[in-house]
Amino acid sequence: MTNEELQAIAEKEQAEQSKYRHRIHVCAGTGCVSSRSEDVLATFQDEIKARNLQDTVQVKRTGCMGMCAAGPLVTNQPDDLLYKEMTPELVPAILDSLDGEPYAEKLMDTQAPFFTCQEKSVLELAGIVDPERVEDYIAKNGYIALVRVLNDLSPAEVIQQLMVSGLRGRGGAGYPTGLKWSTVAKADGAKPKFVTCNADEGDPGAFMNRSILEGDPHRVLEGMAIAAYAIGAAQGYIYVRAEYPLAIKRLRIAIRQAEKLGFLGQNICNTNFNFKIDLRLGAGAFVCGEETALINSLEGNRGMPRPRPPYPAQSGLWESPTLVNNVETFANIPGIISKGGEWFARLGTKTSKGTKVFALTGKVANTGLIEVPMGITLREIIFDIGGGIPDGHKFKAVQTGGPSGGCIPESYLDTPVDYESLKQLGSMMGSGGMIVIDDTSDMVDVARYFMQFSMEESCGKCIPCRVGTVQMYNLLGKFQAKEATEKDLKILEDLCDLVCNASLCGLGQTAPNPIISTLRYFREEYTQKLKKSDKVEEVVS
Amino acid sequence: MSPTSTTVKTLTIDGVQVSAKEGETILEVARQNNIHIPTLCHLEGLSATGQCRLCMVEINGNSRLALACITTVNEGMVVVTQNKLIDKYRRMIVELLFSERNHICAVCVSNGHCELQSTAQQLGVTHITFLYLHPMFALDGSHPRFEVDHNRCILCSRCVRVCDEIEGAHTRDLRNRGSKSLIITDFDTPWGQSQTCTNCGKCVQVCPTGALAEKGKSVAEMSKRRQFLPYLVTRRGGNQT
Repeated sequence: MTNEELQAIAEKEQAEQSKYRHRIHVCAGTGCVSSRSEDVLATFQDEIKARNLQDTVQVKRTGCMGMCAAGPLVTNQPDDLLYKEMTPELVPAILDSLDGEPYAEKLMDTQAPFFTCQEKSVLELAGIVDPERVEDYIAKNGYIALVRVLNDLSPAEVIQQLMVSGLRGRGGAGYPTGLKWSTVAKADGAKPKFVTCNADEGDPGAFMNRSILEGDPHRVLEGMAIAAYAIGAAQGYIYVRAEYPLAIKRLRIAIRQAEKLGFLGQNICNTNFNFKIDLRLGAGAFVCGEETALINSLEGNRGMPRPRPPYPAQSGLWESPTLVNNVETFANIPGIISKGGEWFARLGTKTSKGTKVFALTGKVANTGLIEVPMGITLREIIFDIGGGIPDGHKFKAVQTGGPSGGCIPESYLDTPVDYESLKQLGSMMGSGGMIVIDDTSDMVDVARYFMQFSMEESCGKCIPCRVGTVQMYNLLGKFQAKEATEKDLKILEDLCDLVCNASLCGLGQTAPNPIISTLRYFREEYTQKLKKSDKVEEVVS
Repeated sequence: MSPTSTTVKTLTIDGVQVSAKEGETILEVARQNNIHIPTLCHLEGLSATGQCRLCMVEINGNSRLALACITTVNEGMVVVTQNKLIDKYRRMIVELLFSERNHICAVCVSNGHCELQSTAQQLGVTHITFLYLHPMFALDGSHPRFEVDHNRCILCSRCVRVCDEIEGAHTRDLRNRGSKSLIITDFDTPWGQSQTCTNCGKCVQVCPTGALAEKGKSVAEMSKRRQFLPYLVTRRGGNQT
């Protein structure tokens, strides 16, 4: 595949698409599919055939459009009309309105803050391209970055672009991606190297990676291929959880199409670069999102973490140098390469560049998938984009980073979102789950919910995490039953300290964060639940 | 620099200056110099997994504690194996282990020969702060010579490692996860019906507690014999740790 051949495919597809006066996109992300968007799509197809509109109206499935709360979503291009809550019964009405006034009843305001405050980069094609057709991706400048890298850039220049971009790992910890790549690139060359994509997204309320894979799988493949070129790998693995059947199906299709066009396989784009990607399905363990446990699982062993060092960059998969990056990190690569590191670094804060995808869930009006520039405040995300708290309730806290993160109260809502500031508040960026909590929730319940999750997902290898999470869960139960004493509170805090500092892997080290942060900001909700007699004693003494 | 095959490093452990070969772990060097660091999962001759967390030490005043069993020495390293914080963490870990399953020394075959018991004594654990979880696990006495009592298991995985790395049978592994984890035989078949077990008993001898024991032993009679381990490791020409 040369640049000219790529252009030819792109132009053919663009010409094909511009033939239609109307292009109807039906969201086929998991959220919309579960509310019958497949039926909407089929009805559109039947109805278009019945009305003999095949030559003027195109209908296709796309990835997630973001506003999941109002799904199934349908857009009409090029007029840029967005319809919410579509049903098969509404299809004739939409088709009737094509050349006249839009169908007002289900029309959404695309100038609302939900859309205008976002900055789409990773998700720029989700909702635009058909994830099951590589030509559609190529028509939108897909695979240009890979062809450019293979023809014009040396591996060192690729890594240099990443360094300039300031991209940091999107899986949560925020390790500089360029640094990680250069470490693997410089690692012992005697052994084969591997590129691994971590798609084992398991936080409750998080669906960023799933939506990227479902909406634009080729972007991730392209990012991985560029990574393989930069570090000198010939084999890649995508470790995706088996609970994401639609993402798996689309990845399989995408890999097959990319192989057919020569973006994966032997002698890619007529160079001596070879790269193959295989899928590996996770068997449902949250800890396998931790990179060393993921590597163990990839090798066919029980998914348990290994102590680091050695880091996977030196000794990972089958003791070879291994690059492990999150889906979103890889999805950022094609943009950085084709538009340049400076372009990427134009957005964000001093330490955190670019955009970040968040899954906005919980007690917020606009539940959905959003992409915002780093440095935006939590208040803008929740009240402008999210539309605030529904049903007249009051905002209480926002939980970021899933079971590893913490709850941030109202007083810190004006904090700009970046890796450091969230950490300072006792939470973390995490992979991008954001759960809004209103005044109907009790913070001890919230902490216990996350502790139950960590307890059930603890692999059992190290003692602090294995037993500590059970003890913390039980102690929180005592608070709920109003049977806890001052001593229990002290034990709880000691356990948080131990589990944070003595656990083997990231799961244990961050598991107490929901408790620590709620104790920090909502301590009175714990002390109110102390046993009555104990409180009296305290007053007397 | 002279072309020697091994590089010697000097470091300080608890204020004592010691020398070590490159690639040796802090734990190995400490033991050579009679500095005691508690461990429960580590056993010389088996791979180090760093899972009991008891061997945590402070290096160069770093607040993030490191594990002595897997951290290799560096020139000029300053290691502290004991301070108030480390002692507190170690005691809490041992207390957590006691709270997790049913460790009742008075009726245990390994009473007096148990590493969990002796570690608790060394660390000065006199009572358990946490609530006992009191799980109910079944015993497996289907093997003619040995038995397994999960109520006394601390999930250190020594039996899994010795069976895999030394005996080469890999009969043992784990099922479930978290606190519900159990040591299993084959695909969780009764031990007596195992197709792969060679009846060598190595797992029994490396077990730190009374979870794996020989049949017919009464209270406090089960002492472990591990002489085979250094012998086999030496015969294979290397220390696997």
